[in-house]
Order: sequence, then structure tokens, then C-alpha cells
Amino acid sequence: MIEISHVTRKFEHFTAVDDLSFSVSEGEVLGFLGPNGAGKSTTMKIITGFLAPTSGTVTIDGHDIRTDPLAAKQLIGYLPEGAPSYPDMTVLGFLEFIAQIRGFSGKEMQQRVEKVLNDVDLSSVCEQTIDTLSKGFKRRVGLAQAILHDPKVLILDEPTDGLDPNQKHQVRQLIRNLAKDKIVIVSTHILEEVSAVCTRAIIIANGRIVADGTPNELEAQAPVTEAAEMPTAPGRLEAFFRSVTAQEA
Amino acid sequence: MDSLFGKTGIIFKRELMAYFSTPLAYVFIVIFLVMNGIFTFDLGGFFIRGQADLQPFFNFHPWLYLFMIPALAMGLWSDERKTGTIELLMTLPIKLRDAVLGKFLAAWVLSGVALLLTFPIWITVNYLGNPDNGVILAAYIGSWLMAGGFLAIGSCMSAMTRNAVIAFILTVAICFAFVASGSAIVLNAFSGWAPEFLTNAIASLSFLTHFDAISKGVLDIRDMLFFAAVIGAWLLASAIVIEIKKAN
Ligand SMILES: Nc1ncnc2c1ncn2[C@@H]1O[C@H](COP(=O)(O)OP(=O)(O)OP(=O)(O)O)[C@@H](O)[C@H]1O
Ligand SMILES: [Mg+2]
Repeated sequence: MIEISHVTRKFEHFTAVDDLSFSVSEGEVLGFLGPNGAGKSTTMKIITGFLAPTSGTVTIDGHDIRTDPLAAKQLIGYLPEGAPSYPDMTVLGFLEFIAQIRGFSGKEMQQRVEKVLNDVDLSSVCEQTIDTLSKGFKRRVGLAQAILHDPKVLILDEPTDGLDPNQKHQVRQLIRNLAKDKIVIVSTHILEEVSAVCTRAIIIANGRIVADGTPNELEAQAPVTEAAEMPTAPGRLEAFFRSVTAQEA
Repeated sequence: MDSLFGKTGIIFKRELMAYFSTPLAYVFIVIFLVMNGIFTFDLGGFFIRGQADLQPFFNFHPWLYLFMIPALAMGLWSDERKTGTIELLMTLPIKLRDAVLGKFLAAWVLSGVALLLTFPIWITVNYLGNPDNGVILAAYIGSWLMAGGFLAIGSCMSAMTRNAVIAFILTVAICFAFVASGSAIVLNAFSGWAPEFLTNAIASLSFLTHFDAISKGVLDIRDMLFFAAVIGAWLLASAIVIEIKKAN
């Protein structure tokens, strides 16, 4: 279980994350929604231990990310926003590096890397240096390094951004197929994705939670007039999203 | 190696290979060798002096390092911040210490390789005369230690900014202060009016003072400890700066 408890993060005088508390249990796929600048990426950076919160605590399966970072980070696979990776390395070299850092070696490392290359369809470019890849392929490399060690906790910041429809579909499939005892947090601006893969959605605005529930629950709360114009589930979710975030953003 | 040095070793290997996957390592080594050749044989009057030693070769090292080492160090951390990979690196299950040390060691080993490749100069002097090879060995060790000092400063400056060129300039400036504080010009300027302990303190902080001592063949443990302390202090400062600035 992940517990985020009263987490606040300030930059100078600006509060990006404002007293945020929620927890995510095994088996949940949490869609993390909110307008641009709402604080989604900042929250993810705090959960993964990159940023220290100004106040509040985060625990991953009981391990506090500040006081017991190594144990917590072992459990996490993280795709940062923009999927950064070392441009001068080959895809294979990069994934082997990540595998070694994750404690794999020899045959097991080879198998892990091979499996993940297949999972995200990277085998064809595995000898290419990363800076020669297209944007979508770079994103897949980022995804590959995040799932390589079959992590218990998966935190993905806009994983399908820049992917073609086939790949989008495949990534959603991948998330859905993850073992049932995993904890997944995905941020996205694509609301059909939420309806398609998430068991729960949190909408934040100005660093605060404005809605928390299953996609169905949230859709049902869409304003009546707008919902009438939106026949599909993602459409109603969008109407709801706008109704809770428009005035704040 | 990976099991022996753990995560530090894995970072070290990646960084060293990164130097060689771009032209940087080759350019560094070639320029280093060419500059050493010019300084030693031409400007240093290696042949004219008619002495079988490598003093002119080593005398130039502080000044050569002043511009070459910052080039090696400038990207260590600034590139990670520019490309955002620092977020990846710092969320992997490693200690900050592993990353700081691994990166530093990769750069230090590369500078050591460049230094070793000057061996033809050593062969030449042995061919021409009978130098004291003990002194030469000491000087090589001193030179490498000094390179480590420069690199540790460069590591810290690289952590300060996401712009590698700014990191280069900052490193040159600080290294210059550490070298020049032992030069005759600076010390004379102080010795006129300042109390002697101050002049001595300034001189004792200089890379030049300690390197000169070692390169004359005096492998005094204090001079070696000085460089070890410089490296340790600046690497610690690097870690602190990274911790503070990584997210900006
Ligand atoms: N290092 C920083 N210094 C100052 N402000 C920052 C910093 N990082 C983020 N912010 C601010 O914090 C707020 C939240 O940013 P964040 O990246 O978390 O938003 P987001 O919800 O991920 O948005 P998007 O949907 O555009 O990715 C923004 O207003 C941003 O400008
Ligand atoms: Mg974001």
C-alpha cells in the first residue's frame, strides 16, 4: 500500500501540492488527473523520492521514502514526465544498465531485458542509440526501464503521450495485464484511458484533490445539461472534469 | 567488478563508457598528449636543458589541467539535469554517494589513462640519460592526485548549473584560484604586508605548493593527504549541491 499523508510542496512562495492525502492499495490502477500545472508531476516526484516534500510523509509498503529510500525505491518502477534516458546509449545498453542497478546480472539480466524489449516492442531498435529514436520509441524505452524489474508499484507520468494508436492500445493492455496485486498510478490527459484501464480516478487542481472515485462514480456526477450532450463514458468524465476544475484553473 | 564495487561500480562503468561513446574521451586524450608534447619539448626546453629528468613536463601540468580537466568534468551533473536523467538516476535504488563517486572515478580514470599515455616521454628521457625513475613515478602519482582535485571541483561546479559551459567557466575560475595561490606573484604580493602565517596558509592551500613537493620526488604523506582532503571535501560539496538543486 502507498500512503500519502498531508504532503505539501512549496516552490518559493508558490504551493504546487497543498496538503494532499490519499492512499492506494494493491490491485488499484489509479488515474491521476488534473489540468496543466495542477501538481500531478510534482506529486509523483515526491512519491518516488526525487523531490522532498516541504511537509508530510509518503510510505511505500511501510517504507518511508525519506527515511528508508532504498527499500522504497526497490519497490517502485517510475516513468518520469518526458521519459528521460541517456541519449548516447543504445537501447540495449541502457536497459542493461538499469537491470544491473536493479540488481540483476548474467543470464537473469539478459532474460529480463529480452522480455521487456518484447513487451514494449523495442527489439527492432535495440542496437540503436536512444537519441536517434522517434519520440514514441523514446517513450517506450522509458516504459521499458520502469517495468523491467516487475515492480510492485508502478508510477507512470503520461505514459501514452506521443504514442501511436497501436502503441497506446498496447500500453493500456500492458497496464491491465499487470499482476493483480500491483499498485499503479498513471497520470494522463486522455480521459478514455481512464475509463479503459483505471479502477479509480483522482482529480486534482491547484495541488488539492477535487474528486476521488471510480470512473463510473465520477461520470455519474457530470452536470446534467452537459452530460446529456455527451453520450460516451469518457465524454461524461470530461464534462465532470471540466465542472470541477474549470473555475479553479 | 560490479559485485566488488556495487552500485558505484555500475555507475562508474556507465560513465566511462559514455566518455568513449562520444568523441570527448578521444579528443581529450589526443589534445592532452599534443599539449604535453609541445610544452615539454618545445616550450619547456627539454633538450636544451640537457638534464635527464621530466621537470619541464610536470611543471606544466597544473596549467594544462586548468583548462583540460574542467572540460572533462563540466557535463558530469549539468547534462543529467539538462536531459532530465537526474530524475531517473535519483529515483533508482542507489545512494547519492554511489552516483557522485562513480561519476568522479570515471573521469579520474580517464585522466589517468591520458596521463599514462604520455609514457613515450618517459621512454625518451630514459633512452637519453639516466633519470631518477623514483622521482618520475612520484611525480606521476602527484599529477594524477592533482587531476583528482581539479575534477572534484569540476564535479561540484557541474552540479551547480544545468549549463555545461557555465560549469566549465566556474571550474576554471576556482581551479585558477587554487593554483595561483601558490605562485610566486601572488605570494610576493602578500608577503609584503600580510603576516607570515597568512601567506603560509594561502600557499599551503595551493595545488602548486603540494604538487611541486611531490613532483620533486618527495612523496610526503601530508601532500597526498592534502589532495585526498581536497577531493573528499569537494565531492561532499557536490552531493550537498545536488541534493539542494536537483529539482530546479
Ligand atoms: N522546480 C520548480 N520551481 C518552481 N515551480 C515549479 C517547479 N516545478 C513545478 N513547479 C510548478 O508547480 C506547478 C505544478 O507543476 P506540475 O509539473 O506538477 O504540474 P502537472 O500537473 O504535472 O502539469 P502537466 O499536466 O502540465 O504535466 C506548476 O505551476 C509548476 O510551474
Ligand atoms: Mg506533469
